[in-house]
Formats: sequence, C-alpha cells, structure tokens
Amino acid sequence: MKAIRAAEGLLTLSQQDELVDLPNYPLSASEDEGDSDGERKHEKLLEAINSLDGKNRYKLAERSEASLKVSEFNVSSEGSGEKLILADLLEPVKTSSSLATVKKQLNRVKSKKTLELPLNKEEVERARTPLEHEIFNLLHKNKQPVTDPLLTPMEKASLKAMSLEEAKMRRAELQRARALQSYYEARARREKKIKSKKYHKIVKKGKAKKALKEFEQLRNINPTAALEELEKIEKARMMERMSLKHQNSGKWAKSKAIMAKYDLEARQAMQEQLAKNKELTQKLQVVSESEEEGNTEEEETLVPDVVNEVQMDANGPNPWMLRSCNPDAKEEEKPMDSEHLPEPVAHQFSESEEDERPVAEEETLLKEFEERRALRKRSEFSQDAEPMGSRETQDSSSQEVLSEVRALAQRLNKGNLQSRKQRVTSTGTVLQVQREEPAPEEEEPLLLQRPERVQTLEKLEKLGKEECSQKKELPRPILQREWTERNPNNQPDASKGKKKEQMINLQNLLTTKTPSVKSLEVPTIEELEDEEAKVQKQMIKEAFAGDDVIRDFLKEKREAVEANKPKDVDLTLPGWGEWGGLGLKPSAKKRRRFLIKAPEGPPRKDKNLPNVIINEKRNIHAAAHQVRVLPYPFTHHQQFERTIQTPIGSTWNTQRAFQKLTTPKVVTKPGHIIKPIKAEDVGYRSSSRSDISVIQSNQKRLSGHHKKQLKKSSTD
Amino acid sequence: METAPRPGRNVPPKKDKLQAKRKKPRRYWEEETAPTSAGASPGPPLKKKRNGEVRLQKPKNTRSSKKSRISKKPQVPKKPRERKKPEPQRSLSGAQDPFPGPAPVPVEVARKFCRIDKSIKLPRSKSKTRSKLEVAEAEEEETSVKAARSELLLAEEPGFLEGEDGEDTAKIRQADIVEAVDIASAAKHFDLNLRQFGPYRLNYSRTGRHLALGGRRGHVAALDWVTKKLMCEINVMEAVQDIRFLHSEVLLAVAQNRWLHIYDNQGIELHCVRRCDRVTRLEFLPYHFLLATASETGFLTYLDVSVGKIVAALNARAGRLSVMAQNPYNAVIHLGHSNGTVSLWSPAVKEPLAKILCHRGGVRAIAVDSTGTYMATSGLDHQLKIFDLRGTFQPLSARTLPQGAGHLAFSQRGLLAAGMGDVINIWAGQGKASSPSLEQAYLTHRLSGHVHGLQFCPFEDVLGVGHSGGITSMLVPGAAEPNFDALESNPYRSQKQRQEWEVKALLEKVPAELICLDPRALAEVDVISLEQEKKERIERLGYDPEAKVPFQPKPKQKGRSSTASLVKRKRKVMDKEHRDQVRQSIEQQQQQQQQKQKQEKAKPKGSRPSALDRFVR
Repeated sequence: MKAIRAAEGLLTLSQQDELVDLPNYPLSASEDEGDSDGERKHEKLLEAINSLDGKNRYKLAERSEASLKVSEFNVSSEGSGEKLILADLLEPVKTSSSLATVKKQLNRVKSKKTLELPLNKEEVERARTPLEHEIFNLLHKNKQPVTDPLLTPMEKASLKAMSLEEAKMRRAELQRARALQSYYEARARREKKIKSKKYHKIVKKGKAKKALKEFEQLRNINPTAALEELEKIEKARMMERMSLKHQNSGKWAKSKAIMAKYDLEARQAMQEQLAKNKELTQKLQVVSESEEEGNTEEEETLVPDVVNEVQMDANGPNPWMLRSCNPDAKEEEKPMDSEHLPEPVAHQFSESEEDERPVAEEETLLKEFEERRALRKRSEFSQDAEPMGSRETQDSSSQEVLSEVRALAQRLNKGNLQSRKQRVTSTGTVLQVQREEPAPEEEEPLLLQRPERVQTLEKLEKLGKEECSQKKELPRPILQREWTERNPNNQPDASKGKKKEQMINLQNLLTTKTPSVKSLEVPTIEELEDEEAKVQKQMIKEAFAGDDVIRDFLKEKREAVEANKPKDVDLTLPGWGEWGGLGLKPSAKKRRRFLIKAPEGPPRKDKNLPNVIINEKRNIHAAAHQVRVLPYPFTHHQQFERTIQTPIGSTWNTQRAFQKLTTPKVVTKPGHIIKPIKAEDVGYRSSSRSDISVIQSNQKRLSGHHKKQLKKSSTD
Repeated sequence: METAPRPGRNVPPKKDKLQAKRKKPRRYWEEETAPTSAGASPGPPLKKKRNGEVRLQKPKNTRSSKKSRISKKPQVPKKPRERKKPEPQRSLSGAQDPFPGPAPVPVEVARKFCRIDKSIKLPRSKSKTRSKLEVAEAEEEETSVKAARSELLLAEEPGFLEGEDGEDTAKIRQADIVEAVDIASAAKHFDLNLRQFGPYRLNYSRTGRHLALGGRRGHVAALDWVTKKLMCEINVMEAVQDIRFLHSEVLLAVAQNRWLHIYDNQGIELHCVRRCDRVTRLEFLPYHFLLATASETGFLTYLDVSVGKIVAALNARAGRLSVMAQNPYNAVIHLGHSNGTVSLWSPAVKEPLAKILCHRGGVRAIAVDSTGTYMATSGLDHQLKIFDLRGTFQPLSARTLPQGAGHLAFSQRGLLAAGMGDVINIWAGQGKASSPSLEQAYLTHRLSGHVHGLQFCPFEDVLGVGHSGGITSMLVPGAAEPNFDALESNPYRSQKQRQEWEVKALLEKVPAELICLDPRALAEVDVISLEQEKKERIERLGYDPEAKVPFQPKPKQKGRSSTASLVKRKRKVMDKEHRDQVRQSIEQQQQQQQQKQKQEKAKPKGSRPSALDRFVR
C-alpha cells in the first residue's frame, strides 16, 4: 500500500510541475477544441519559451490574418512555426497521378503494422468470449480502469480535485515525515551505541513503565488483548525455563564468577542475573486455596468493580493472576477512582513490546519489595517508639506478635497513609465504618497489605522468614537494654574509656604491689620516735600530697599532647563574600572550606604510657652532629647506619682492634722520600726531553753510585 | 658513656696488684677457716660467730681451694678447645703445638661486644652496598672476638657474701665482715666521729681513691681515704649543702649557703660562681666536664668547668629542687619534684626530655644504676620503686618501707643502698645487669646518726655514708667493679699520669648538646633533614633524580617495534612488578597470620580459659 501511495504522490507531483510551468493553461483542456485554437496556443507557448531566455530577441512581424498572396520572396518558415522541408519545395505543386497508386500502396504497407504477440490492448479490449464480456461489464460498472491499471477514474478525479496548496502542504508534510524518520533513525543508532549501563537501565525502566501503563489501559479497554499479552509473558517464562539463560552458565557469567571473589560489582551482577532468572521462571501462581477461600468474601467487597469486570471478561484466567501482573495499588486505583478513563487510543503493541514485558514485570516486583521493606521499617520504627508494647508481645505467640506489631505500626502510620486510605474508601464506604471499630484491626492491615499480598510459594516462604527475623529482632533491643543497665558505664563511657583506663593504670602504678613490711629495719621506727616533730611534718606532707598528683599529671600530659599536635590552618576571611562586622561569624560551610587540616603526625612515644610524658621535640643541636647525607653506595639510611654502628675509638676497642680499624689504606714508611711531581709524570714530553738532555750531559760527571740512584728514580 | 673493659693497657698499677698477689701473705684467719670448711666439723673453735662466707673483691689471693664451702660463681661454660687441624704443625724444634691456631672464643662472651642490631631487617640493597655491609659485619665480629679474648685479662673477680643454708645475709653485721676479711679490706671499714659540724655529705672521686666530705656547719675536708692521708681541711664558715669532686681529685666544688665555690685539693678557693646561687645539689658529668647544679630557686644550671662557662640554665618550674641524680649512661640529669614526678633533663633542651609520675607524694631520692637501665626512686608515700629507663619508664618492682628512704645509691655492680633514718639497707640483684630484688635485703647496717649522704666507692667494695654523727665507710662485698680501666680511671695513677689523662680527657670532651635520652641515636642518620634536603633538591631541579626511571622498551628491528608491541612490552613489565608486589604482600600477610597463630597457640597452654576472663582488663 505504501508503495502505491508513494507512486500516487509522485504522479501528482509531476502533474503539479507541469502546472507550475504552464500557469495560464486551464487545467482541463477538453478534446473538442478547435485546431486554430490549438495553433494559437502553440504559438503563444513558443513565445513564452523564447521569453524565458531573458534576451530581447528580434520579433518578426506576425501574420494576423490569412492572405492568399504569397510572394516567393517572402517565403519564410518563421511565423508559421513549421519547418521548411526540402522535399516540399522540390515537389511539384500538383502530384502526378501515375505514381499515386504506387505511393498509396506503399503508404498502406508502411502504415500497416506487423502483428505483435501478445495482442495489443486495443485488441484485447474487445471482448470476445462471454466471460470477457461479463468481466468488462463488471469493470465498467465499478468504473475500474480497463486499459490503464494505475489510476481509477475516481482517483483521477480526486487528483484533479486536489488544489495546488493542498499538494504543497502534502508535499511538505511528507518531507517532514521523511526528515523526522531520518532523525529518529540517527538517534536510535546513536542511542544504541551508548555504553552507559545506567542510561540503559533508566531507558528500560521508562519503557517498562510506559508499557505497563499501556497494558493497563489496554486491559481497561480491551481485556482480551490484555490476556493475549499475559499469554505472551507466560510464553516468555516458558522459554526462559527451557533455556539456560540467566543461570550463570554463560561465558560472561563464568568470567564474572572468577572475579566475584574480589569484585563486589561482579558479585552483584551475578546475583542480579540469578534474580532475574528466578523472576522470569517464576510461575504466576494462584494463591493456595485455603487462603483464597478466606479472602474471597472480603475481596468481593474490597476489589474494585473494574477488576471484577476484567475477571468476567477474561473468563479463562484468574483475576488474581491478572492482578499479579500489576499489583501496584496506587497506580491501579488512580484511573479507577478518577472514573474518567483516558480516551480510547488505538494501541498498537510494537514488537519491542514483547521485550519490554519482562522488564515491566521485574519493575513491579521491585516496587513490591520496596514497599514491603518500607512497611517493615515502619513497623520497626513503631517498635522503637513503643518499647512497652513490644515487650508485652514477647510473651504471646509469635503469630500474634507479628500481627499486633503490624497493626500497631499501621495505626501509627495512619497519618502517613491517609491519602491512600481515602482512595480506597472512595470505592467502598463500608470499609470506612469498619476501620473505626477496634475489632477488625486484622482486616485493616490486610487491606493495607494487599499490595504486597503473597502470590507465590516463594514469597510465602519469604514472609515466613520475615516473621522469623522480626521475632528475632524483638528480643534484641531488650537484651541490649538489659546489658546497658547491667553495666551502665559501658557505652556512655566508651569515649572516655581510655582515659579511665589510664587513670586506673596510674592508680595501679602508684599503689604498692608488695605490702611486705616485715623486714629487718624494724628498729628504725623506734629510733624515729625520738623525732616526733619530723614525723608529724611528714605526716602532714603526706596528707596534703594527695590524689591530685595524678589528675595534675594527666592534665599536664593532655596539655603537652595538645601543644605538640600539628595545628590546623584557618584561612577564612570574615566579611569576605558575605556580611561582616561585629558579632558576625563566617558560616560553618565557609570555615570548613578554608580550613587546612594539618597532617596527622606519627603516634606519640608515650601513647600507651599513662605515667610518662616524653618530649617529642627534636634536639636540633644534637641533630647538627648527625649524618645528614647518605654516602654513595647506600640507598637507605638503615644500611648506612649499620656500617657506623660499631665504634672505632680506642675507648670501646682493644688496642689491636683499634689499630686495625684505623689503619690507613696507604702506608708510607717513615724516612721514605717522596719526590715532588714532575711534568713527565703527568704526560708532558717537551719539557721532559730537555731534562733528560740535561741529565745526559751531566751523565759523564756522575759517578756510578749516582747513576744507580738515577736509574732507581727513573724506574720509580 | 659506654665503657668496655680494656684491661692490660696500662701496666704499672696492674703490676702493683700482681705483685701484691704474688706475695700472697698468709692471713691470720686462713688456717682457722680451712679446717672448718674442709671437715665441716661441728663446733669449730672459731672466733667468728658466724659461718657466713665473706669475700671481698680485693683479697683475691685467698685460696679458694682452702675454702671449699665457698661456692664459686658458676663460670661461663667455655667451649671445649677444638683442634682446628687434625695434624699439629711441627715446629723447628720438632715439638708439637698442643693448641694450634688462635684460641677459640665462646660465642656468648663475644656477643656481649656486638653492637650491630641485626634484628632490623634491611631493605634490599645493591651488591656494592651489600659488600660494604658485609665488611662492616666482619669488622664487628673481629673486634668483638678480640674484645672477648681480652676478657681473659680481667683477672679480678667480684666479691660476694653468701649465707649458710637458711641464713639471712642481712643479719651479718659489719663487725663480722670486718673480722672475716683481710687486713687491707678491714682497714676500709672505718667510722669518723664528727658530731660537731652536723650531718655530712660526701663524695668519692672518680677513681675511688679520694673522699671529700662537707659538713652542714661548714666543715669541708678532702682525704685519700685508703691511706687516710688528709689533703685539706677547712671550714668555709657557711652552710654546706653539697660537695663534689670535679673531673679529678684536684678540684672540689662546694655548694655553700649562697654561692657555688670551687676549691683545690689544698683548700684554696679558686672560684666563686655567683651565677649558681643557693645550690642544693651538685652533680658532675665527667665526659662533658659539666657541673650540674640544682638550686632552691628551681633552676638547673650546667657549668662547663673546662671553660668556666654556664652552658645552660633551665627553669624546671617545679619549685625547690633538692633531689638530683645523673644517669651515667647518657649523662641525663634526673630531678625529683614535690608532685611525685621525676623529670629528665638535657642542657640542649629547654623542656624536660621526659616526665615520669613515680609517687603519690613528693620524690625524696633518686638513683640511677651505672648501665642506665634502672632508676630507683623513693617518695613521701614510703615507697621504693625501681623503674625501667629503657624507653618505657614503667615500674619493675616496688615495695613499701616502714619509713621511706631518704637517700638512695646504686653501686657499680647494681647493688642498691637506701638510707632510712639511721638504717642502711642494701639490696642485690641476681647478676650484674639485673635489677635488685627488693624482697630480701642483702645487708643492713645501723648508724649512729641519721643518713645525710650515700655513695658507693668506685672500684672498692665500700659504701660511704655521711650522717649526723660523721662518716661511716661500710664494707659491702660485691658492690664494685673489680677490674678497672686504667686509662679511664686509674686508682693508682701518679701525678704525671693524672695530668696526661686530664689532657686526653679534655681533648675527648663530649659537647654538651649531645646529651640525649638515647646516645646511640647519634649514630643514626638524621632522617628528617635528609628528607628535607631531598625535597629541596627535587624542588630545585624540578624532578626527582633518584626516582626509578619508568621502563622504556628498546627499539627493535624488522617491524617489531610497532607501537602496539612497545605498549605490550611495557605492559608486561608493569604486570610483572605488580605481581611481585602482590606476592610480597601475600607473604607478609601469611607471616603475620602464622605469628598470630603461634601466639594463640602459645597462650592457652598455660591455663584453661575461664568464663571470668572477659572481665580481665
């Protein structure tokens, strides 16, 4: 169809072009117009064509009326618009009759065409057989084209009916459509190339949401189609179950499994995959019968009409199943309560819809989980708020505990849930009444729980676990409380713990360990009795020298530690970039920003020694005597330190060892003459020659003994 | 300062001793003791009441064979002599050397002289560095072996006092000891009755030959206490707080009522140091030639006696300073304060190097042992405590005394004497380097007056006590180091030798600013300024010249040097380095775990874990 349409469009376009070119022509030129008229028009056309050039051509005189006098000098082909043909000129004015017959024959032969196979349409048109007659009749009746199959007369008419502007608009529209299409394609290509997982996740979620909405609408409008969709989901599940997808068995999953030990992300990815598999393979189950029975009566009242309708419409599947696809109560109720459904829009599910389905489901599941978690949190919060209640429940059975706690939590959070409740109540006023009564407390939570109703066995199990966990959680705080009560200085003193320990340590240090007084120096006391005054003095001193000593020392130590700590640099300028003045302090944010924190120094030596303050200041004077450059082959100071750890001096060594340690590398004998350096030793030849010559000249005078010496020196 | 005994360098005094040994004079009591010890017969005809065995270090010549009951100190088990060569060399004479090669040295003895701390693991070093380190270690081994071998020359053994079974040595009185020992040793016990000039302070010179005493009421005297030859005796007509010899026995510093005065050995006043006023205690640091004075005004002043300058005057900010001691190991001055703290001072630092809270009440006395390991303090809370000075400053042992000790003194071999009222208690440890155990007193002695000054005499088993009744010289067997370094401090030196030693000592004077808590830290590289200089250099150059150059693959021919392959090669090297790092870290972790496991294993063996353990702090 599209192709045909396009062809049509093209056709119309070509016609329009003609129209544009020849604006003066009436569009519908009837066939019965006269020849003269045609000629005139033809001339005009030629004129127009000539004028297109833009040059003013010499215009020949126009023959306005027909004249029979035609001079031979006035012969010109111009004006008539016909070309001169030589044959015409050569021809006699009157043709001879002798050749006429031959000519006629020739012409006839010429004019007669050879028979072509298949037969011409003109020939086909003629109906020969009765069947053909019938067909032609039919065609004529419906005004179908017989010869030209492209356009029906209707179409032709419509084409003719289309105005120029319409055509233009149409063309512009098409153009835009094409441009948009290309844009869209480019965009799709670009998006496909995006590697960001987050982006794709968001896109997927968005799509899923959209699909969900659409599905809802579809369900409202056309339940059967919705059911089909559901079947599709079911089919996808089956496929998933059959396949090995999402079971951590693929190449990717294996690679991740290797990394999972170290990489948290990989582990998460694997778990996600498994979770996905679970979700996909999870059967949308009917709730166990007993529970259904218990709930159905309530459900009848609770469930909005729309749902029931759906159930009636889709007589096959269970309404629960339907709802399970889309259990999000908030979203569900919105369109129902607002009563005015969105306008019926024809919904075409594209092929991509199928892919989106599971994602949508996943999202719904996620939402469920979140809600449930939130609910649990709230209940916990309520527990904290009402510890008494939680304590009381400890005695009762676990089921009761759970329900009560939940009820409490929900009662507490009534305020928060007001809006939701209102929505629910709009559907059924009966519920409102019930809610006022204290008795049906069980129902209220049920109602509120509905969004997270148990749908699968697995979830049932989860719920059970939840209960267990809640059971566990209950006694814990109490235990903690008891613990804290038992030793009240346990937690609050945690910050001071160390200090306290220090104190205790100090006390221990300063108290006696060995109170053994019995020894030989007993007589001293007798002796001391002589000087009672002195004893008394000491007694007084001892009395005043009290426990303050420890506190003072600790204070001193704290001060010393504080003084030795590297200090932070505060670069805030008050009044810079904000109001300044007396009593105005720069904002905390600004102060934080311009505070340069000093690096944490090494731990103090007396960190664990409560009774000691060790000065951490460096002895600069001593440091001046220390080695501060590493000599060559050493790369680390410890290496060099090892070589200088043994003392060399005679104070620490025996005489022999001292001598050996301090022997110089080169030993010169006493009395050995070291001659001054000569130029020849260095390598100069020129000066040495002269020396040699001098020596040679003197050689004769030298005695043998001297010669020997010279030799020695030269060899040296 | 550390001193390794260096025997046999200065011969003459040794010779004296040896000669004295050679004579071996018979003691009048020797024959009497011999039968008792040999036969152990009941009811020996003894003049002595006690059977306690007494040995002073000096009478080495007493034959131990005669006194079989005297149990000798367990000697260091020496290795059996190994014959290095199975076939002994034959000399020209044809005689065989029965012990060829150098004499073997027991490992334990040699280890004593090793100073390289091999527990520190060095970072990986280049071969060149390694060879240097090896050379250093070889040198150390050689020197330590030589030192250990020369220990043979330390002929003297410390004396001791040992009771019979169940007998308390503390019950042995001085009179008994004096009776038991030889005449020379017995002559070292004496009492000076000087009741006129009040309680006495006393000080022995570094050689242990001379004694200076200063009475509260102005009596100052110096004497060669061995020969009892008086050098000078004056009355300064002023209250004397403390008295101390300077580097030699020639100079004498006396803290008088107002100022610090310096006298020579003839009693002539040389100096009056007015900048040190109201001095209560004096302490002389011999290697730094520093006289440290603690004053009533709360100042600790260091006076360099070699140049006569005050090096530092530190305000302790703790009121009156009346308790002072020096740490002979690192020349740090310990001050005791009334708030129960002991502060450690160096002239180079304005603040105390460390402050230790020792007592609830004020500190009454401090003493530091000669190795600088232990500090004994006594306070107003009647406690006597021994602290570990090696970094932790924690009390090792403590005991309460009926009346707190007013004076404390450590001997060279680690005996602790405490003066409480008119009683002297002396505690001894197990060996030389161990702290004295405060459970059982080694000796006690009652004086005729209250103790005012205590000092062990160096190189003599004598404790000098100054008290209100004069001076008492007690015999304390095993107190002093029996072997002396004649170059260091020679008790028998002549005047000439003393002068020579003085010059050498002055040349070897240690600058005052080198006094710090850990003197071995001076042999370490100043890492902070090293880093600083490195940083500055990097800043100046704009790059780190010592930084490891990143691996640059060599260019290769035949198209193998494509960018991809270069990158690949680089990658390879990087990966390798990374792998090495990971491997190392894993190994470290494993080691740590193993250690932990070992600790855990070691712990529960002693006792079963009980439920009450959780309450243990």
